[in-house]
Amino acid sequence: MVPLSYYLILAAILFVIGVAGFLFKRNIVTIFMSVELMLNAVNLTFVSLSYSLRQLDGQIFVFFVMVVAAAEATIGLAIIITVFRNRESLNVDRIDLMKL
Amino acid sequence: MQTSDLIRILPEIILAVAGIVVMLLGAFQKQNAGRMHPAIALLGLLGAAGAIAYQYPWRSLDPAFGGMLELDAFSAFFHILFFLVAALVVLSSSEYVAQERLASGEYHALLLFATMGMGLMASSNDLIMIFIGLEISSLASYILVGFRRGVATSSESSLKYFLLGSFATAFLLYGIALMFGATGATNLTEIHLALQAEQNTVTAMASPQLTPLVGPVPTALVGLSIALLFVGFAFKVSAVPFQIWTPDVYQGAPTPVTAFLSTGSKAAAFAVFLRVFMVALEGSAQDWVWLLWVSGLLSMVLGNLAALLQTNIKRMLAYSSIAHAGYILVAFTAHSEEGVAAVMFYLAAYALMNIGAFAVVSHFGNRGERYVEMEHYAGLGYRAPLLAASMTVFLLSLIGIPLTGGFFGKFYIFRAALHADLVWLTVLGVLNSAIAAYYYLRVIVFMYMHPAAEQIPVERVRPAMGFVLIFSMAATFLLGIFPQAVLDFASQAAALLLENLGNGVL
Amino acid sequence: MYQALFFLFAASAVGFAINLLIQRHPIHSALSLIGVMGSLASLYLMLGAEFLAVVQVIVYAGAVMVLFVFVIMLLNADKEEPSDRSKMAKYLGLPLLFLLLAMITVVIYRQFPEDAMVQFGDFPGQTAAIGRLLFRDFLLPFEVISILILIAIIGAIVLAKKEP
Repeated sequence: MVPLSYYLILAAILFVIGVAGFLFKRNIVTIFMSVELMLNAVNLTFVSLSYSLRQLDGQIFVFFVMVVAAAEATIGLAIIITVFRNRESLNVDRIDLMKL
Repeated sequence: MQTSDLIRILPEIILAVAGIVVMLLGAFQKQNAGRMHPAIALLGLLGAAGAIAYQYPWRSLDPAFGGMLELDAFSAFFHILFFLVAALVVLSSSEYVAQERLASGEYHALLLFATMGMGLMASSNDLIMIFIGLEISSLASYILVGFRRGVATSSESSLKYFLLGSFATAFLLYGIALMFGATGATNLTEIHLALQAEQNTVTAMASPQLTPLVGPVPTALVGLSIALLFVGFAFKVSAVPFQIWTPDVYQGAPTPVTAFLSTGSKAAAFAVFLRVFMVALEGSAQDWVWLLWVSGLLSMVLGNLAALLQTNIKRMLAYSSIAHAGYILVAFTAHSEEGVAAVMFYLAAYALMNIGAFAVVSHFGNRGERYVEMEHYAGLGYRAPLLAASMTVFLLSLIGIPLTGGFFGKFYIFRAALHADLVWLTVLGVLNSAIAAYYYLRVIVFMYMHPAAEQIPVERVRPAMGFVLIFSMAATFLLGIFPQAVLDFASQAAALLLENLGNGVL
Repeated sequence: MYQALFFLFAASAVGFAINLLIQRHPIHSALSLIGVMGSLASLYLMLGAEFLAVVQVIVYAGAVMVLFVFVIMLLNADKEEPSDRSKMAKYLGLPLLFLLLAMITVVIYRQFPEDAMVQFGDFPGQTAAIGRLLFRDFLLPFEVISILILIAIIGAIVLAKKEP
C-alpha cells in the first residue's frame, strides 16, 4: 500500500522537470518533448485522482488528453519541419528574426 | 442523445460540414475552386448564424448533452460575434489569399473549424468540452499563423505560438486535474455547487467509507488549481505576464489571421475565462480578484509603454491588443453583472474596430507584406484618402474618442469598475488610455502630416474589402451613437449567466 | 510488494525524466521519454487503469514517440550547443522551479490525508464502463474530437508538403 499523495507528488515532480526542460533545453524537438512530459504528469494526476474518487471521469479525461497530445504532436512536428526548411537550424536561440 | 440535443449543436455541425465541403472542393474541382471557397465559407457562417437564431429564445430549457453545453444568451452573444468576425475575416482575406498564393481550400476550412471551436468554447459548461474547444481553435490557429510557410518569420511565429501555447495548455490541464480532485466534478455548475456547499460532489453518490477524499473541499488545493487555470487563460487572452508570444505571433502571422486572432480568439478566450471564473469559481472570488487586478494593471501599463516604441504597425497593434486585454480585465476584476456586460460590449466593439484596422493594414501591406512600417504610411492621407480616413476612424475608436464604439466600451468598463469600488484601478486605467492616445495619433500624424518619402503603390480596393471597411466603420459608429441595444443584450446575457448561481439551482 | 513496485517505477520515471533533461542529443532524450511513458503505463496498471495503460503504450509510447524519432532522424538533428542564455536561465529559473515544486508538494501533502491509501485491486479495471461512458455521457466530446484530428491531418499536409 502506498499513500495517494505519493502518486500526486510524483506527478508534480515530473511536471516540474517538464517545465525545467521547456526553459533550459535549446533544441526545439527536445523542448516539445518536455511539454509532452508535462502532459504525462497531468495524466498521472488525473488517473490517481480518479482512483481516489472512484470516478471514471478522470480516466476519460486522460483519454481525451492523449488524443489531443497526438494531434498536437502531428502539427508541432510539421511546424518544426517548416522552421527547419527556412532556417536550417533547430536551436531556439537562432529563431530570432523578430526582436523580443 | 435526442433531437433537441442535435438542434443545440446545429451551428457547430453546419460549420464543420461547410469546412469539410470547402476542403473537398479542391480535390474534385481544380479550376476556379478558389472563388468558390469564400462563398461556401460565408454560406456556412450564415447557416450557422441562422441556426443560432432558430434556437431563440436563448434560455436553455435544460442543458444539452447531460450538462456539457449551456445555450444561454451569453453563448448566443458570443456565437454571433464569432460568426461576424469570421465572415469579415473571410471577406477581407480574399485579396490576401490570392496575392500570396495560399492554399485557399485549407485556409477557409481551418478558419471555419477554428470558428467552430470558438463556438464550442462559448457554450461549453464542462471542463472537458472547454478543453477540447480550446484545442480545436488553438491548433487551427497554430497552422493558420504558419500558413506562409515559405516565409521565415511566419513559420517562426507559428513555432513560438505553438510551443508557448502547448506549454500554457499543460498548466491549464494541471489546474483542471486539481479542480477535479478537489471537487470531484468537471461540470462547471457542479463545481460551483461543490464549492458553495463546501462538499465534494462524490459525497452524494458514493458511500463515505469508499472514498477517502469525500468530505470538505480542500481549499488550498482549489487555490492552487485557480492559479494554474489563471495561467492558462491569461496566456490565451495575452495578459501580462503571459503575453510574450503576442507581438511575435501577431507580427509574423498573415495579417488577416492576425485580425482573427486578436478579435475572435481573444473573445473566445475571454468567454471561457468569464464562464469558468464567474460560474464555477464565483464563490472563491477573493482568491482570484487580486490576480486579475495585478494582471490587468500590468497589461495596460506594459502594453501601452511597449507600443510607444514600435515602428512596425502590426507589432504596435499587438502591444495595443495586450493593453486592451488589460482594460477588459479591469471590468472582469469588478466581477459583477455590470462587469460581465461591460466585458462583452467591449469585446464586440474591439472586434469591429480592430478587424477594420487590420483590414487596412492588410490591404496596404501589398505583396509579401512589404509596407507595414510606420514610415510607409507617410502621406497616405493624400494618395488614398478613403483608406486613410477609415484607418483614422478605427484608430480614434481604439483611443476611445466619443461617437465611436471604443468610447462606450471604455466608459462601461470604468463605470463597472467604479461601482465595484476599484477607484485606483479606474484612475490608472484612464491614465493609460491617455498614454495610448499618443501612439495611435502618431499613425494619423504620419498619414496626414508627413510627406511621402517614396512612392508606395496602393492597390485598388476590391468590393469585398470595401464592404469590410464600410461595415466595420458603420458598426463602430453605430456602437458609438446607439450603444443601448448591444449593451441591453449583453446585460441580459450577463444577468442570465449569473442568475441561477445565487440560489444554487442547477 | 506494492510499495516496492511503486518505488521501482516511480524512480525509473523520475530517472528517465532527468535523463531527458541531461542528454545533449535529442534522440537520447526521445528514448528517455519513452522510458518515462513506459514507467507511467505500469503505474496506471497499479492504479487499476488497464485501458489507459494499454493506450499509453500503443498511442503515446508507440505512435507519438515514433513520430518524434522519425522527425529527429529526418532533420538529422545534432547535439545542442550550450549557450549563454541557457546558463543565465539556470541561475534564475532553478530556484523558482524548486519553489513551484515545493508549493505544489506542500499543498498536496496537507490536503490529502495520510490514510488515503492506494491498493491493488481496489478499483479494478473498468474498460467496459469506460466504453459505456464514452458513448453515452461523453458522446459529444468524443465526436467533436474527430474534427481536431481532421485539423491535425490538414495541418500536417499544408505545412509539410513540398512546394509544387
